[in-house]
Amino acid sequence: MANEVLLEVENLKKHFKVNQGWIASLMQSVSGDGPDYVHAVDGVSFELRKGETLGLAGESGCGKTTTGMSLVKLHDPTAGDIVYNDKKLSEANDAEIAEFRQNAQMIFQDPFESLNPRMTVYDTVAEPLRIHDIRNETARVQRALEFAELLPAEQYFDQYPHELSGGQRQRVAIARALVLDPDFIVADEPVSMLDVSLRAGVLSLLDRMTDEFGLSVVYISHDLSLLRHMCDRLAIMYMGKIVEKGPTDQIIENPQHPYTQALINAVPVPDPDVGRERVELRGEVGDVVEIPSGCRFKSRCPDYIGDVCDQVVPPLEQKTDAGVDQDIACHLYESAEGYDPYAELASMRDGDAAATDSGDDASAPADD
Amino acid sequence: MAQEEQSGRSIFTDLDDGSTNEQVDKWQRTARLWKETLIEQWKMLTDELSVKLSLFVVAAFVLIAIFAPLIAPYPPLQRQYQGDAGILIEKWADPSLLGADNGYLLGTTAEGFDIFSQLVYGTRAALMVGLIAAVFTAGIGTLVGLVAGYYGGKVDDALMRVVDFLYGMPLLPTVIVLVAVLGPNLWNIILALIILQWRSTARVIRSQALSLRERPFVKAAEVAGASDWHIISRHLAPNVLPMTFLYGSFGIAWAILAEAGVSFIGLGDPNTVSWGTMLQASRAYSALQFGAWWWFVPPGICIGLLVISGFLIGRGYEEITNPKLQ
Ligand SMILES: Nc1ncnc2c1ncn2[C@@H]1O[C@H](COP(=O)(O)OP(=O)(O)OP(=O)(O)O)[C@@H](O)[C@H]1O
Ligand code: SF4
Ligand SMILES: [Mg+2]
Repeated sequence: MANEVLLEVENLKKHFKVNQGWIASLMQSVSGDGPDYVHAVDGVSFELRKGETLGLAGESGCGKTTTGMSLVKLHDPTAGDIVYNDKKLSEANDAEIAEFRQNAQMIFQDPFESLNPRMTVYDTVAEPLRIHDIRNETARVQRALEFAELLPAEQYFDQYPHELSGGQRQRVAIARALVLDPDFIVADEPVSMLDVSLRAGVLSLLDRMTDEFGLSVVYISHDLSLLRHMCDRLAIMYMGKIVEKGPTDQIIENPQHPYTQALINAVPVPDPDVGRERVELRGEVGDVVEIPSGCRFKSRCPDYIGDVCDQVVPPLEQKTDAGVDQDIACHLYESAEGYDPYAELASMRDGDAAATDSGDDASAPADD
Repeated sequence: MAQEEQSGRSIFTDLDDGSTNEQVDKWQRTARLWKETLIEQWKMLTDELSVKLSLFVVAAFVLIAIFAPLIAPYPPLQRQYQGDAGILIEKWADPSLLGADNGYLLGTTAEGFDIFSQLVYGTRAALMVGLIAAVFTAGIGTLVGLVAGYYGGKVDDALMRVVDFLYGMPLLPTVIVLVAVLGPNLWNIILALIILQWRSTARVIRSQALSLRERPFVKAAEVAGASDWHIISRHLAPNVLPMTFLYGSFGIAWAILAEAGVSFIGLGDPNTVSWGTMLQASRAYSALQFGAWWWFVPPGICIGLLVISGFLIGRGYEEITNPKLQ
């Protein structure tokens, strides 16, 4: 049971068209260039197992939220797919999508924006039940609010969001996510905008959620110390790709990828302007529109080892000297799967442009 | 499959097969959502004195319009004659308000119509044009704006192209041309106003919908599987309602002004008396030169009162929707 896979993400990509004025688009159509794209998520693969908590970490803008939103079908993927119940979501019919909608929920970062200001607590929590035509509305709403420790539940029924504190609102959002009895929940920085004093309460609630409901949770945060406590496994993202993933203890205690190492060494510093904590690292995040060749981390990497980093994209794979479940995307380590980046580099040198394409993930399906 | 295995751990397990009939409750709650939204808006609106006075003025005119046949002593287009013989038309009569002993409160026109009766019946035309045009412009504009803003993409492009096209046309000249083509009657004036006026509401509501649809509470409804219509009607519409009302009340004022303008240049409905047609007739018969100010001042005051009220109510709404103005 513990290792049963609930959701499988296969080489998921989500690109956004860069928003530009009509003059720029006109110029492009004249010059024949295509529009520019932000490569928000650019080929991530992972699985979510039943009952586990998977952490997604990385700096701001690395694509965590976009990945999370794709998981609950708030975005249609540009490429790749999500497999749920042995069914690819891109091929699912309406009934299967409705079933998926019942089982995939999301909790958002900002508790002040995540509730409709014109709806009472009761209506907010009951809404998913009405959409899916589930009976016993009042009893379920009450149960969900009680689980979210809003007691006595009836007292909250007729309150409006503006009458509640940030912590209470986030609990209402959690109750709304739970009321359909879902299989998994994506929690996108659920406590980062809450007062520090309220965080512990909401976190322990999320913890109970996985314990008592047997829920799977994808927990998104830039705060590794928090993820360390919450998660069974971690995936570290950088510029739309996963650079390292594996069991939490292994990643925290024995990080292999230079980016993960830097993240763990960086102490989160409070940033008063943004109102939440940020991780500060040396250097700038690379350009997510004009994706650099080779390793995306190369411009900031302290362990840069020359042309192979510059030219060959490091695949996320098992390495010979790392733990069993730990996958790393870096040329520093020898592949346990027999992949040789130097052969790739050599073939790129004598080969022509055609060889460059195969430098992309070997498993990638044709990308438009 | 997966469901069964997990249900043992669900906190809802013991609730699953009860089936009470809660349909009624659902409708009641939707109705309440709207009722409370409206009451809240109303309370905020009537906080302001100028708005209260304006609402009072509008309410007074509404009552006059409804009870026009009881208030007005004569039908507005019935000729008045001197004596009982019915031969000599009673024209240019002085107002009894100024001491004349003839029972015509505001005198009669050059054609022998009772001015006071015309003024009372003119309220009907003004309110009809104002309210109908405002309801439709605000309604159509809101619907188009919500659809364009929520769906975005091609739908948005197409609808906004239409709005841009309408924006290219100046209001009064275009209404004049349309009425000249369609024929001078009140319904065509209303129609022309509606065609031209929904553009501004649509544009504003669209930009609101664009930002609303990115808000997490809308995303949460999407995640829960809500249909587009559900999201538009429950999550977007109640939150743009103040804007709809704002544009609606400005719409009343604009429509009344435009109707007066169109009628004044002679394109009014010849079979209906409006304040605009009264002004037009007084000018045609040179009432100003004859010193018969009681013919054109009262309708002018009425137009002014109603239009200013509309703008003041709109201003009040502007302050609700945009607290920075205060
Ligand atoms: N709807 C969108 N349209 C265009 N670009 C987008 C959109 N959503 C996200 N992006 C871009 O995609 C990139 C990844 O964004 P995303 O929100 O997924 O990052 P994140 O890891 O969640 O960051 P943060 O920690 O700041 O929340 C960013 O460069 C962002 O500007
Ligand atoms: S592949 Fe090269 S550049 Fe990239 S992280 Fe590893 S060592 Fe650094
Ligand atoms: Mg984010």
